Amino acid sequence: MSELSVNHLLGIKYLQKKDIQLIFETADHFKEVINRPIKKVPSLRDITIANLFFENSTRTKLSFELAEKRLSADVINFSAGQSSVKKGETLIDTVNNILSMKVDMVVMRHPNPGAGVFLSKHVNANIINAGDGAHEHPTQALLDSYSIRERLGDVGGKNVVIVGDVLHSRVALSNIYALKLQGANVMVCGPKTLIPKYIDKLGVKVETNLRKALNWCDVANMLRVQNERMDISYFPSTREYTQQFGVNKELLDSLDKEITIMHPGPINRGVEITSDVADSKQAIILDQVQNGVAVRMAVIYLLASKIKQ
Amino acid sequence: MYTKYVWINMSQKVLLNATEVNIILHRLACQLIENHNDFSNTVLIGIQPRGKYLADRLAEMLKEEYQIKDLQLGHLDITFYRDDFRRGEKILEANTTEINFQVENKNVVFIDDVLYTGRSIRAALTAIQSFGRPKEIELLTLIDRRFSRHLPIQPDYRGRQVDAINEEKVKVNWEENEGEDSVYLVNN
Repeated sequence: MSELSVNHLLGIKYLQKKDIQLIFETADHFKEVINRPIKKVPSLRDITIANLFFENSTRTKLSFELAEKRLSADVINFSAGQSSVKKGETLIDTVNNILSMKVDMVVMRHPNPGAGVFLSKHVNANIINAGDGAHEHPTQALLDSYSIRERLGDVGGKNVVIVGDVLHSRVALSNIYALKLQGANVMVCGPKTLIPKYIDKLGVKVETNLRKALNWCDVANMLRVQNERMDISYFPSTREYTQQFGVNKELLDSLDKEITIMHPGPINRGVEITSDVADSKQAIILDQVQNGVAVRMAVIYLLASKIKQ
Repeated sequence: MYTKYVWINMSQKVLLNATEVNIILHRLACQLIENHNDFSNTVLIGIQPRGKYLADRLAEMLKEEYQIKDLQLGHLDITFYRDDFRRGEKILEANTTEINFQVENKNVVFIDDVLYTGRSIRAALTAIQSFGRPKEIELLTLIDRRFSRHLPIQPDYRGRQVDAINEEKVKVNWEENEGEDSVYLVNN
């Protein structure tokens, strides 16, 4: 019988190809479940999950919470804004206090890279990383690959370009790991200031001309410009960024083939992509959101099945 | 070496051969027709993973040999409704659910190959509620293992009743999957 090779989902870096396949096969079943009149299964009745969000989030938090509730888990939510973190409590203390209330699993988003890995070494619970700084966001990468698989049949052999603010993006790094693991060809494209040095060591192509990148790819994953993480100016102006790296309908129509457009959200409409592109048939942005719940249900279910009675 | 040792010590007894399975399937099909006429308000649901084969076979027989025109057949996976999640050694693996019709107010017939503890059927009773409120639910099984029930669940249509001790396993083979229609009592 197949099971995940890991006890935590800390990053795609720690997964094997067969783990991703297992998650996708399980997600297929959950996708069918969430399209039933009653979208809930009783599997995780006796599991309690804490969602710890030390950083803001809307869709990831909602998506996780919905996934947990549709598996019948008990859910407690925690946001750093209204907590004792402000009073100086350490991360391990905060989490251990929550765990002493008999919590089995922790979903955590944290501004510091490696927070999930650190926690997994010090507390006794299964950890799911819901984004740690600019490091990894594994469930997002999984749902992105799942959506590509759903649209194009397979991820292996496809050309995927990740466009925009790669430097500040945890989505980019997790996607690169996930796509490479499944045998896709990956390119990053953006202003030189927003492409990390030595990223080619991960086996990805680097391109600074958007038109060339789009002509090469089957799928373009448009990243959000993360203004909140930018301490200095990485490009002269938003207007200039949009002219160089924004995708509009004219550009898409002038390509040789029809490519698929993805975006992890939230969209800055008119910056990375224009509204007519975001709402076009080529964009699978809302499919990504729907698949997010099914993929997260699969991850939680598979990790929960490893919790000992 | 170990596998070979186990094989030698594993005894199996034929409970039903292909002819007997065929006769029983015809009887079960006729019993279904007796109660459900033209199946206009009845749906057949095979319980995954093994009930699927029996359900497919009965549906085919009803259509081909008994001229039932519009027969609705679905498959229900009960993995997420089982009561032994995280309790066994084995990780539970899910199968496909395919119910492309309404079950609201329908007569539902669950179809499974072996009725043993009754726990799968308990899970199926919960699972089917996610699709609506059936008018009535019946149970058809090819093999009914007597005296081994953990729950108050009995079949409405049974192929053959079998007395087997807990260490024994009833193995149902299908031509489309294992190469022959047969039922064995396997003793490990």
